[in-house]
Amino acid sequence: MFLGTVVYALINSVILALLAIGFNLTFGISGVANFAYGALYILSAYLSWMLLNLVGLPFLLAALISILLTMLFGALMYRFVLLRVRGQALSEVIATFGIGLAILEMFRYMGFVGFEYTLPVFSDHSLMIAGAYVDMQRILIVVIGVILILGLWVFTHHTSLGLAFRGIAQDERTALSLGIDSDRIATLSVSLGAGLAALAATIIIPLGSISPGEGYDVLIKALAVCIIGGLGSTGGVIVASFVIGFAERFTDSYISSHWTMIVSLAAILLVLTIKPSGLFGKQKELEERI
Amino acid sequence: MPKRKERIDRGIKARSGDIFALSSWREMLYLSGPRLLPVVGCLLLPLVLGIYWQKVLLAVGVFALLAISWDILAQSGMISLGQALFFGMGAYCAGILNHYGGLPPLITIPLAALGGGLICTALLLPVLRLRGIYFSMVTLIIPLTLVRLIEATKIFGGTEGLSGMTPLPSRWLELYLIMAALLGALFGFRRLMSSDFGLVLKGINDNDRSVMNAGINIYWFKAQALFISSAIGAFCGAFMTHVYMFVGMPVFALDYSILPIAAAVVGGPGTLAGATLGAFILVPLSEILRGIGGLRIVLYGLFLVIFIVALPEGIFHYIQRKYHQFERWVEVE
Repeated sequence: MFLGTVVYALINSVILALLAIGFNLTFGISGVANFAYGALYILSAYLSWMLLNLVGLPFLLAALISILLTMLFGALMYRFVLLRVRGQALSEVIATFGIGLAILEMFRYMGFVGFEYTLPVFSDHSLMIAGAYVDMQRILIVVIGVILILGLWVFTHHTSLGLAFRGIAQDERTALSLGIDSDRIATLSVSLGAGLAALAATIIIPLGSISPGEGYDVLIKALAVCIIGGLGSTGGVIVASFVIGFAERFTDSYISSHWTMIVSLAAILLVLTIKPSGLFGKQKELEERI
Repeated sequence: MPKRKERIDRGIKARSGDIFALSSWREMLYLSGPRLLPVVGCLLLPLVLGIYWQKVLLAVGVFALLAISWDILAQSGMISLGQALFFGMGAYCAGILNHYGGLPPLITIPLAALGGGLICTALLLPVLRLRGIYFSMVTLIIPLTLVRLIEATKIFGGTEGLSGMTPLPSRWLELYLIMAALLGALFGFRRLMSSDFGLVLKGINDNDRSVMNAGINIYWFKAQALFISSAIGAFCGAFMTHVYMFVGMPVFALDYSILPIAAAVVGGPGTLAGATLGAFILVPLSEILRGIGGLRIVLYGLFLVIFIVALPEGIFHYIQRKYHQFERWVEVE
């Protein structure tokens, strides 16, 4: 029981990290808090589902197309909405929240709710790890999650585009004077964040089903992880995912599943009260927050 | 030849606005008209409407108050995405007082407004230091979590909620109570926001560091603004509890968070009058569009985006500008 809980808590942590990393990337680079994040996650899942079941494409192709479309949507959202309210945090939040709301409620209105709305798993097999059955899908999530986080680290530290991303994040004016087009980079960052949400949806959704309500949960989980870890810091996101992931899974096993969400909220409030910069936030985060 | 738009104050504004040398009925009407319009409207509308639209007017009043409460917070630099917290807290306070304590509505409503306001303020005190979107994130999360908490602990009726509240004595009392509250809040808080107290709050929104530099404890002022705003929200919740004769988990629903923001953004943030105007536009509109069901929230979302991008000042500021100024195209020299 205990070891099994630990294994599942590990998997849960990786899922949380996957959910949060796109939100964190966008916010860390362009400073846009993308409150449409959960909606993009659900949008890509429904796109995959439609391409798969209504058009009849093979799953990998459908997933790829839906990830690309979601990225395109993110870029368009930045170009036509966010660019006009850039720098006004309030307007950005309200605009992205409005877009997310419209997307999620649109799907709810169209009646896309039920257990048939799910994506196929890659493999039905399961493995025995530490006395607990773990199916291949969850192992795949862990593998992809680890690869993605490592890949992202390499991307932001060792490619010129990634360095440009970090330059904009650190000081937009100086980056501009070095010939980095901040609007182009910010578009890319929103688009990339949307793509990461879509990728997360492609591999996480097969564990459950697609529903509009899930979109709000994803947004809240991403916010929780980012607040606790310190927005914009990748290391913080990973640690925060583990904190929340373990806390959630252990409350689920030993108390009751109703309390999982409440534990995350309590964690957020505690962190914001005691250490407002987040677990790994630096001086810059502290200045932003209080 | 490029042209630009020139805006010039109307003569009547210059004469009647600044100097207060009113010399004709026309100038007096010019000044008092915009203020008389909502007063007369709110007092007469209940008399001319049918029963169905009276219910709509009730909802308009409640959402206008919620929008005013959102606007007061927003003017103090706190963007709330969870007005439902205030609304729900007031609703549950009134429900509990009435259900377990057996108090009549005219006592529970003021008690719940104060109590709900105090509880919400206490709940948000630890995060009062947070700025910008961090505060918004917390306010978005809290009401959603309270729903889960009620679900998990099954307190106060759990998922079923509490029903069988005492209704208010008469329909007319309901209507005129909410209209009086709306007018009182609109004019009272407009006055408050233009006083020195309001000036400090607006200063916190513009630049909190310099307000701190002036030796003012901004957290005390923020806490006061929070209490004012949450007490208004709690009043709405308590009122609706007695109108619906029911309180349950739906009081924390997203509707109560989104519609006030939409109303304030559409009407024009920063004036309170704009928030009221927005509620008077959006709520009847959504009632007309009732047939399309869930699509209403989609429309709110789109409204928000369109107004934020295309008319960020809001309808009220637009009308105000047209009322006070005339515009003409002049050549750029």
